[in-house]
Amino acid sequence: MSELGFTKSEMMIVAAARELARAHVCFVGVGLPNIAVNLAKRTVAPDLEMVYEAGVFGARPARLPLSIGDPTIVTGATAVVSMFELFGYYLQRGLIDVGFLGAAQIDRFGNINTTVIGDYGAPKTRLPGSGGACEIAINAREVFVIMRQSARSFVREIDFRTSPGNLGGAEQSEAIRRAGGWNGRGPSVVVTDLGVWRFDETGEMYLESLHPGATLDEVRATIAWEPKIGAHLGTTPAPTAEELRLVREELDPDGVYAR
Amino acid sequence: MPGKVTSMHDAVAAIVRDGDTVAIEGFTHLIGFSAGHEIVRQRKRDLVLARMTPDVIYDQMIAGGVARKLIFSWLGNPGVGGLNAIRRRIEPASLAGDRPLEIEEYSHFGMVARYTAGATNLPFMPLRSYFETDLPKANPLIRPIKSPYSDEVVYAVPPLNPDVSIIHAQRADANGNTQIWGLLGCQKEAAFAAERVIIVVEELVDESVVRADPNRTVIPGLIVDAVVVEPYGAHPSYVQGAYDRDNRFYLDWDPISRDEDKVQAWLSEWVYDLPDRAAYVEKLGAERIASLRPGPAPSGSVDYGSYR
Repeated sequence: MSELGFTKSEMMIVAAARELARAHVCFVGVGLPNIAVNLAKRTVAPDLEMVYEAGVFGARPARLPLSIGDPTIVTGATAVVSMFELFGYYLQRGLIDVGFLGAAQIDRFGNINTTVIGDYGAPKTRLPGSGGACEIAINAREVFVIMRQSARSFVREIDFRTSPGNLGGAEQSEAIRRAGGWNGRGPSVVVTDLGVWRFDETGEMYLESLHPGATLDEVRATIAWEPKIGAHLGTTPAPTAEELRLVREELDPDGVYAR
Repeated sequence: MPGKVTSMHDAVAAIVRDGDTVAIEGFTHLIGFSAGHEIVRQRKRDLVLARMTPDVIYDQMIAGGVARKLIFSWLGNPGVGGLNAIRRRIEPASLAGDRPLEIEEYSHFGMVARYTAGATNLPFMPLRSYFETDLPKANPLIRPIKSPYSDEVVYAVPPLNPDVSIIHAQRADANGNTQIWGLLGCQKEAAFAAERVIIVVEELVDESVVRADPNRTVIPGLIVDAVVVEPYGAHPSYVQGAYDRDNRFYLDWDPISRDEDKVQAWLSEWVYDLPDRAAYVEKLGAERIASLRPGPAPSGSVDYGSYR
């Protein structure tokens, strides 16, 4: 814990949750997205429909789900369906507003790798792979990314493209998405432990706000390319006492995600 | 109740053969750990293991030496981290001369679509996924296909027809009419796609219980070869309404799985040296089991009506 009174991870989770203020139907990913979306449901987005790839629409979890298949997402939900229905009728049909994803590697255009570090056939590190991320990136109307920043994760070239972002740039991405009949427009925000990034008209991410206590030097030291900095760079509003209480007492009492 | 009811030992001995493609499905929920352990105990070999999320059960089975190949879509210990025994068979730096595990990788929707094609006797299933990703390069069985009705191009995946699918469920009758509530995953598709099906249940019920609530039947006895009754057979995963996920186990598995010697010691203690699931449950202890029991949240009942 810094002298600020909250951790970088808590700031990241809170900033990510606030992004969901205007979302209606959100597809929840494993790990950090899970806690951010559950925080949003308790704060800025009480009417949020939480969709879990395990086959749940309209989840009302009474505790933070330990995984994305936790029994608490079933009890009290609007609907429990097969995974074919979830991916077919809900996602591929175009009913998901926001897909919330994590990433091991990301490039400047928001393309994501969660498959391998190194060569696919002889990997240095074998990561979990796509799960539903690949089709979420293609078919959710927009994609939010939440991940910690490091020179190993914000890279010039990802080792494997698991989930498409803005491909080689906005123009190419828009043309391919339109021609291919994708539901998704691509990534719209990346929330890290240092700041909030959005995407400009070229499809490249730029830093919109720095979290309290974070510096541009830190940002540049944790990214493998020369990042674009927004013309009106702001400071992310610090977490409120209530947001911190929810994270610490209700959502992550053991500090698995937030410390 | 004679029907198809048998022991886990006899079901696995008769139905699972070396070299088979075996799918133990169940997405986080209803994972057939007791079946997986019996396959390890009987030292089956050269299996092709299919599962959307290999989970701790396939980490244990692959450490037990039963598999030559893995078909999957998300390789992790959910909510905890990696599957380290499987990673050791994939990452060259840790192979130590062992034969690498062959892998065939999809996305979740791709795996579900494969089972669906298999279950419905179709040559492929189209889906709007994989565009502009490296997955079709990594797995050439994921192929683009042009619509016969327009210029649209989508991706196709081939059917997956396991030799054996093993499904854990809340209850079934002696003929294998099986009812599941909670997360349904792709168990129905995996069962209909398979040549042979083993059902493992928490509770054996009379046929009248099934008939009183036919909408809840996911798998009909028509396609079931054996019914095994093994309460707590899904531990450390969970069964909706019966017991919670034993998260402590998933956390404990992480340090065990990082050390091959510890994994083998664990398999000896909890699989090879025990005769069956009942012994495992007894060893686990009543207190641990009791700590996993959820509070009640019964569904309302519906009236199907009587039409004479």
